[in-house]
Amino acid sequence: MTDLKQELKGKIIAQLNLEEVTVDEIADNDPLFGDGLGLDSIDALELIVMLDKDYGIKLADPKEGRKIFESVETMANYIATHRVS
Amino acid sequence: MESYHIQSYCHIRDQEISLNGTSIFKSGETNFADFIKSAYKILDTHYPKFFKMDSLSKLAFMATEVLLTSETEKNMALVVSNRAASLETDRKHYNSLVGDNPYASPALFVYTLPNICLGEISIRHGLLSENSFFIFEDFNAEVLQDYADNLLATGKTEKALCGWIDMDSGKYDAFLYVVAKSGMFDHSKKEINRLYKTE
Repeated sequence: MTDLKQELKGKIIAQLNLEEVTVDEIADNDPLFGDGLGLDSIDALELIVMLDKDYGIKLADPKEGRKIFESVETMANYIATHRVS
Repeated sequence: MESYHIQSYCHIRDQEISLNGTSIFKSGETNFADFIKSAYKILDTHYPKFFKMDSLSKLAFMATEVLLTSETEKNMALVVSNRAASLETDRKHYNSLVGDNPYASPALFVYTLPNICLGEISIRHGLLSENSFFIFEDFNAEVLQDYADNLLATGKTEKALCGWIDMDSGKYDAFLYVVAKSGMFDHSKKEINRLYKTE
């Protein structure tokens, strides 16, 4: 699980062009939206695409994303139980 | 009709950024992405969303960072033009949809219109004013002048940020200027063309 969280942090930085953030600066439970990393609605769509492209997980209801994308911790938990690739 | 003036102007081309004809940043980077990132850092800019922008918006953003540093007027219309529209980003978006593993990137898709760069400028500088983006074959001082003069004469704006922001196949050319009631140069087709061609 630790490896998956590190992998996710790297992917979030690369995919969302967070040039001024490093993997070490993202704590597992930091909020990804709002006061945390400050991601926006377009970033949320990018994360949905990333789940599909990299882990074979399709979110039928985008509203599900609100819980899944709370933090790296919640993302990793969801991926670990739903991944197909 | 009241006459208007060009208050200030800037260029970004040939790996150099200049303000009112004076070079303020020059780089040996021939790649646009490296050049503009270097300018962002050297000019001490702080705006993380910059890194999410496409090339056209980065070009427009840096030009206005330089030009509007000490500008306080918020009632400023945007009248901008180019030749290639958003073709650079359109191509990237198209290429992401073809091939063995096609995936559309939402973050890329949102930049597949040229006037998005005006939205980025408006957000950065808190402008709620009118904006227009024209596509011309070549730089067209006459239309820019007429349009800006009309906005100013009819009281729709206090100032106008005008010019040319073009990006295609890694080649870039930005020339922006502020039109106001007073300034260094006459707001005329002749002066606009002269300043556009000035290094």
